Amino acid sequence: MRYLTDRKRAEGKGAAGTGTEHFWHMKMSGVGLALIMPVFLVAIGRALGGSRAEVLEAFAHPGMAILTGLVIFFGLRHFANGAQTMIEDYSHGTTRRILIIAVRILSYGLIATGLFALAKIAL
Amino acid sequence: MVQFTLPKNSKITTGKTWPRPEGATNVRKFQIYRWNPDDGQNPRVDTYFVDMDTCGPMILDALIKIKNEIDPTLTFRRSCREGICGSCAMNIDGINTLACIYGMDEIKGDVKIYPLPHMPVVKDLIPDLTHFYAQHASIMPWLETKTNRPAKEWKQSIEDREKLDGLYECVMCASCSTACPSYWWNGDKYLGPAALLHAYRWIIDSRDEATGERLDDLEDPFKLYRCHTIMNCTKTCPKGLNPAKAIAEIKKMMVDRHL
Repeated sequence: MRYLTDRKRAEGKGAAGTGTEHFWHMKMSGVGLALIMPVFLVAIGRALGGSRAEVLEAFAHPGMAILTGLVIFFGLRHFANGAQTMIEDYSHGTTRRILIIAVRILSYGLIATGLFALAKIAL
Repeated sequence: MVQFTLPKNSKITTGKTWPRPEGATNVRKFQIYRWNPDDGQNPRVDTYFVDMDTCGPMILDALIKIKNEIDPTLTFRRSCREGICGSCAMNIDGINTLACIYGMDEIKGDVKIYPLPHMPVVKDLIPDLTHFYAQHASIMPWLETKTNRPAKEWKQSIEDREKLDGLYECVMCASCSTACPSYWWNGDKYLGPAALLHAYRWIIDSRDEATGERLDDLEDPFKLYRCHTIMNCTKTCPKGLNPAKAIAEIKKMMVDRHL
């Protein structure tokens, strides 16, 4: 039981002064992904069913490699921001902070792994 | 973590079924949430039967009839009976609305009435709106000026005055905020649609000189950006207002400041 006034309880620690950047990044990456994902899926679809050498050759093409890199980078950044929003919605306190750190590590780990694999194929 | 089930002492039990009115042929069944903080019991749902031939057309008419003629312990807020005061907001047939302007003919079958969801209950259909009102106060719902004295009066063009339409009509009934899942999960920090609609009403007011400070106070992942445009607020507003649009306009102004 804390003897706080209703107004103090409502205002808490005040505004964090952030949030707009996160909101804008989500919008931007959402629009960007809506544009490049259909192209990427068509390109993936074309490579499906080929032999290993044919698939590697498809991903080694500069256009396909750049497209895949963009999807990996912006897709996983979008995932990280979206997952953070979801975590902020549904969890509180220390759990919230741990989950946000975990999802950031997972996302950037997957980005690094994906780009490394892509570089090995394309270069 | 978010609680998806009710605590043990909040589980709703079956309550008392009150007798049907004798000789009545046009009877409607009402199932109403009851909770008394003084008896130590869990909440219950009581069943009442109302003679519709001697009852007014609105839900509030039936509630007043029940209180006057069947069960005087039934507790609810009401005042103006015309959708202006916002006192009688409750969850009727699954919709947050005002009992005084919600017609019984809009409901098929039994009428189920609960207090506004996810709010502490004071008694029966009365939610505790203390935090909700404090959040409203925190957005400074008044004209904030820095110019000490205007030349003559605080003038406003007809066009600027029209920008306030759809905003000033809010009666603070809390139907929108208590319909918002983001407010359910993070109501301690998220201001909710009602307070944000009021915030926008003062931000957009051509006479107000604290636009920057008002936006500064809202720039927060929780105060403003918990809104995910779910639109429950707009769907449920008994006054037909659009809090989701007002929140979107605040977000646009925030982005405009950065770009």
